[in-house]
Amino acid sequence: MNEQGNTMRAKMRTATDWLATSLAVLSTLMVVAPLLAIFIYLIYKGASSLNLAFFTQIPKPEGEEGGGMANAIVGSGVLLALASLIGIPIGIAGGIFLAEFGRGTKLANAVRFTADVLNGVPSIVMGMAVYALVVTPRMPFSALAGGVALGIMMIPTVTRTTEEMLLMVPHAVREAALALGVPNWRSVLSITVKTASPGIITGCMLAFARVAGETAPLIFTAFGNSNWSVALNQPISALPLEIYRYALSPYDDQHRQAWAAALVLVVLIVAAVSLVRYVTSRGVLKGAS
Amino acid sequence: MEVSAIRRFLLSRGNSAIADRGFHVLMVLCALSIFGIVVLIATELVRGSHLSWNAFGFRFFFSVFVDPDNQKPMYWDPVNGHFSALPFVYGTLVSSFLALLIAVPLAIGLAVFLTEMCPRMLRAPLAFVTELLAAIPSVIYGLWAVFILVPLLREHVNPGLIKLLGWTGFFNDDNPTGLGFVAAGVILAIMILPIISSLTREVMNAVPGSQREAVLALGATRWEMIRMGVLRNARIGIVGAIILGLGRALGETMAVTMVIGNTPQIQRSLLASGSSMASVIANEYAEAAGDLHLSALTEIGLALFVVTIIVNALARILVWAVTRGAPAQAH
Repeated sequence: MNEQGNTMRAKMRTATDWLATSLAVLSTLMVVAPLLAIFIYLIYKGASSLNLAFFTQIPKPEGEEGGGMANAIVGSGVLLALASLIGIPIGIAGGIFLAEFGRGTKLANAVRFTADVLNGVPSIVMGMAVYALVVTPRMPFSALAGGVALGIMMIPTVTRTTEEMLLMVPHAVREAALALGVPNWRSVLSITVKTASPGIITGCMLAFARVAGETAPLIFTAFGNSNWSVALNQPISALPLEIYRYALSPYDDQHRQAWAAALVLVVLIVAAVSLVRYVTSRGVLKGAS
Repeated sequence: MEVSAIRRFLLSRGNSAIADRGFHVLMVLCALSIFGIVVLIATELVRGSHLSWNAFGFRFFFSVFVDPDNQKPMYWDPVNGHFSALPFVYGTLVSSFLALLIAVPLAIGLAVFLTEMCPRMLRAPLAFVTELLAAIPSVIYGLWAVFILVPLLREHVNPGLIKLLGWTGFFNDDNPTGLGFVAAGVILAIMILPIISSLTREVMNAVPGSQREAVLALGATRWEMIRMGVLRNARIGIVGAIILGLGRALGETMAVTMVIGNTPQIQRSLLASGSSMASVIANEYAEAAGDLHLSALTEIGLALFVVTIIVNALARILVWAVTRGAPAQAH
């Protein structure tokens, strides 16, 4: 009797185990499916819409066929260059502080925590703050404002990845430099940072890829521009902004271009992420340790 | 940080002390800039929203104006200067809640599969794929949602929901566009899945192997081992991961703006169109009709800022409470 009860329970337990396993497999499939759907559709629509004009011409007036997004590609380049100029040096310096000077101090912990929290603040809120700060009646929407907004967003990410990479550099390397009488600042810059530089560069690329697709803060900073413009005090076009505008337009030809722009953007981002993954998985710091 | 005796000696020699001090100060300043950014955002938003704060006070977040002509509630009327954030707060909460409802079970399932069940060969590619999901920009999710998800919901899913669950009043067919809370919830779910799942994976990895072995040694099946040995130990961290996902969902802008329909209204039906805090900012901030309008939008942004700061801080503390002390894991 008792034994029979036990076999019943064992069967139940095996069944539950089987059920849980299949649920886990099912949820994995349900996560991978939309991603594949997005990718396949993006490649299918994007590739069929890409042509030379997309890279060489500026947008035609509303409703006219043809034209391209050359100005948006260049605009994105200008914005990202500005953002990198602001975000990367400050971010790396912050990371150096966390890893080299502040290890274990209360200040460093507070900075680290704030950086993580700042990473979760919606980008549109950053855009509003920059709008209030930079965009004035004398200087309306401008490339500069957009670059500042994106640059500020890069700082926390770059700081945290730089710190992580620097922490992987063994102590012996620093001490060897100091033992040769090298001043501390040179030891940090030309020994520690240089050793960790492949990792730091990939971290910067990750931050770069993240802001490359940012749209929300650009709506009221860079604003978009349907003509050629690289002036920093003028509104400037950007790929994500054009995707947003074209996706909601009523014209099929603009939908087509939105897909093409999305494909270009995703290829850029996926390339950056894959590179990061490849470099970190190979253990860039192996040679140093 | 442990400083070796040799290093302390070298540092105390005072060689190029000025350059070292200057370098140190520069690095500290750059690190402090992170606090500076937070202070900057806070002051700019407070400064920008005081007009609306003076005009409406706390009532801004729950007041309802009634249109004298047709007795319908009016929440957001830039022309006549009536502003209430209620429909946007409602839209943000409903779409985020829907997103969590869909994403949490899937994310935990995925994390369990990846950490406990998956053949080693599949682990890295699957983790990479979910990481990619996190790297795709919001606007591209929006693009996909506008052209694929919304038509799919409109043609196939919504009629089924109306037929099956129409009696609850949460699903009615007033809105034939397919744009609305359900569409926003689904696309948000897809977007927050990777973050919840990767953090859940991190805390599950932080559970020591001995816990698993102990439960298995008592004769548990694999699922019992996962439930008792892993999930129970990691539960605080998993809650943290979910809260972090919530933080993302609350502030997510572009994809939601593109599919939620952008009408400032409160309706019981989840298939109705609405508007969220972030979407109204994205839509109206650049073309605000006046100072009060701009100020009201800034106040919504301030609320969003405060809420996401609190939510993210809470989540970080919970995740940190679990992963602290665990050996660094290779992801």
